[in-house]
Amino acid sequence: MESVRYEAPRELSAAIELLDSVEGARVLAGGTDLLIQLRAALIQPSLLVDLKWIPELTAVSLDEEGLSLGAAVSCAELREHKQIERLFPGLYESAELIGSEQIQGRASVGGNLCNASPAADTVPALLATGARCVVAGPGGTRTLPCERFATGPGETILGRGELLVSIQIPKPAPGTADCYLRLIPRTEMDIAVVGAAVSVTLDASGSCTDARVAQGAVGPTASLVPDAAAALVGGVPDVGRLEAAARAAAGASRPIDDKRGTVRYRRKVTGVLTRRAAEIAIERARQRTR
Amino acid sequence: MDPKTHVHTHINGEPVEFLSEAYRSLLEILRDELMLTGTKEGCTTGDCGACSVTLDGRLVCSCLVLAVEAEGRRVGTVEGIARGETLHPVQQKLLEHAALQCGVCTPGIVVAATSLLERNPDPTEREVRYWLAGNLCRCTGYDKIIRAVLDAASELRGASPNVLE
Repeated sequence: MESVRYEAPRELSAAIELLDSVEGARVLAGGTDLLIQLRAALIQPSLLVDLKWIPELTAVSLDEEGLSLGAAVSCAELREHKQIERLFPGLYESAELIGSEQIQGRASVGGNLCNASPAADTVPALLATGARCVVAGPGGTRTLPCERFATGPGETILGRGELLVSIQIPKPAPGTADCYLRLIPRTEMDIAVVGAAVSVTLDASGSCTDARVAQGAVGPTASLVPDAAAALVGGVPDVGRLEAAARAAAGASRPIDDKRGTVRYRRKVTGVLTRRAAEIAIERARQRTR
Repeated sequence: MDPKTHVHTHINGEPVEFLSEAYRSLLEILRDELMLTGTKEGCTTGDCGACSVTLDGRLVCSCLVLAVEAEGRRVGTVEGIARGETLHPVQQKLLEHAALQCGVCTPGIVVAATSLLERNPDPTEREVRYWLAGNLCRCTGYDKIIRAVLDAASELRGASPNVLE
């Protein structure tokens, strides 16, 4: 904690300049991961760049294109946008599951991505919605699918001077709904043993025309499972399709043994949660096609 | 020697200035520099809720806020809840229900519960339990706390006392 400085730039360009020019600079959004790492001396930054005064990082907008969520918007603020709950119930419930009310008052979805924990709750939910990351840096701005943002536990594609500005989620097609479920050994305040997110689009006949299936806490990063999505698409999602999606999800999982669960247990639960999340997403989508 | 930042903030509605190194938490400054010792230190990792305050009206753990982040923001602590000698209904009901023993968690619970009732004047028991899930109490077993908060909510709404089955 020696000689760490603090800056709260008002402009994105100023934040990029600081991150690029100061060796050992780190961004500060909600701080719920960063400040604990700082106290435990796991990191020794020379400068903390507070992003919460930068308009692009704190804006939330919803229009015909979809949702734009500033990377530093807290989960508590996200939950106050009832339109987000209506359009993306899975993303909403993933943000609502993180820590306590106090933690949600600070923790951001952008921070959840950047911290790159394999067990991050909002990341599978983002993947299921087809979200994209807007990254800005000294070389300009680039966007990429959220599934390419984390490259391993605690590792992201961010280069020197780069930061996550916002998350863009395309407006869902009619008849689309999502769901996120996680397993923890209690009802609140724990880290996912397994997380599963599913988004489905149904047509007027109830046939599934599009799906995205994602999983968390069962691999080095959250990931999409294209085979599980493919199992759901092409007809009315019946028991056979749900079971095929569950098998594909369990088969694609690459969990580790640790105190939260064994490989075998996590594999099994991945299938169970994927199926349950799919069932809930399908029921939500059905209500939207009525 | 770490550089100090001159911070201008509002605490419980009053303008306050202080100097802080970048790494110090809002909790440390509240307790050790500003002598606002109502806010308690528990875990310092955001798990226990004893240090709960509001920041621009939002419930947070002050151990997970840097003091310098308070610049230009509004901080609310337990010292700002009572009106002079008159306790807030949440405080009064915690007393009446004997909903505290050692008392270390109580300021955090008062701040969290008043924050809930400002947003949701008529919470269900389930909503109170989930909202207070981040406030650990090792003495009471929570039940009396939940009853006290529901009772305070009734009183604030001017309704008849809320009786739990």
